[in-house]
Amino acid sequence: MANWIPLWVHKLGSPPLFYRFAGAARPWLLALAVLAAAGGLYGGLVLAPSDYQQGDAYRIIFIHVPSAWMSLFIYGVMAVASFVALVWRVKLAEVVAMESAPVGAAFTFITLVTGSLWGKPMWGTWWTWDARLTSELVLLFLYLGVIGLYHAFEDRRQGARAAAFLALIGIVNVPIVHFSVNWWNTLHQGSTVRILGPSKMAPSMLWPLLTMMAATKLYYLASLCSRVRADLLALEGGKDWVRKIAEAEGSR
Amino acid sequence: MNPVRKRRLTIVVAILAAAAVAIGLTVFALQQNMNYLFTPSQVQSGAATSYKTFRLGGMVKSGSIQRASDSLKVTFTVIDAGGAMPVEYTGILPDLFRDNQSVIATGHMDNARFIATEVLAKHDETYMPKELKDAMAAAHQGRKIDEAGNGERGTGNP
Repeated sequence: MANWIPLWVHKLGSPPLFYRFAGAARPWLLALAVLAAAGGLYGGLVLAPSDYQQGDAYRIIFIHVPSAWMSLFIYGVMAVASFVALVWRVKLAEVVAMESAPVGAAFTFITLVTGSLWGKPMWGTWWTWDARLTSELVLLFLYLGVIGLYHAFEDRRQGARAAAFLALIGIVNVPIVHFSVNWWNTLHQGSTVRILGPSKMAPSMLWPLLTMMAATKLYYLASLCSRVRADLLALEGGKDWVRKIAEAEGSR
Repeated sequence: MNPVRKRRLTIVVAILAAAAVAIGLTVFALQQNMNYLFTPSQVQSGAATSYKTFRLGGMVKSGSIQRASDSLKVTFTVIDAGGAMPVEYTGILPDLFRDNQSVIATGHMDNARFIATEVLAKHDETYMPKELKDAMAAAHQGRKIDEAGNGERGTGNP
């Protein structure tokens, strides 16, 4: 192993240690996610003023945009984990990649549904084949492809490796989704929140949006913790550390 | 790094680079003909003559909306930086349809008139409370009518 990687990374990569770490972190992450979501939704739906152009209908942004960010963010995590899994064959990376896919697919689905519900009253249509909408739909299909390919193999690790390849190649769609509104004439508007330069949103509307962003990230991490724990137990079924946990649970 | 991992790393990076190049070229090629809409000046210069139906995008000219009293027929003018196009539409318009709003109409040409079968309203990426918008408009005395309801990113720009 390369010696420039700190020791704790190697340690955390071992299934029994990660199992314990994730178990300890999960309740905190979940509690923070619920808190942030409550604050963000209250801020967005009650405190934030209505928009000059869209009135109250714009409030779906507090679900739509954080979900859209997560659909891209989770794909990024999945692709990086897939890369580590393919090159270094780290079992934990395979599990993280494969367990991220359903959460990412769910966020992508929420993005498409809320976008459609928003599009009908404002644009006048549920769906149009513009570059942003189409590339987001492709993202959903990539997620579904990764999930399907993973489960198509008898051997889980072989399935994970095949699906990791798809996940990694699909990463090229992520910048396409993000920049589609700049590269083509689209019905979808450009980015509101910008990392470089000022955001195009009043501060009273921006803080609930950013709080919801934090909530969705925390929810993803909490959800990932429980999903990875369950998968590790299944994958390491015959190992000593799993047997010990099973015995401890059984004697309770 | 041991040789096996090094080989895997090379293979994975090579495949990823190949995929990125392939898709990058596709995207680049699509840029020519994946345009979602034409602007009035593009139509008038003949860019859309090879299409029977196409999308027309631009801004609704202030004061050009005329509604028929006995039907859902609406006529208005769509403008961009260098052109104007009269549009005719029969049906229900989206909530955001108003003067100076960016719209995208699907339809065909009938002589110099565009007959729309669908009209979609486009909004920009700016969100702010009405009071703030009014305050900003008041500060811009004189230009406020031009700017109401539209940001700087018009539909006409690629």
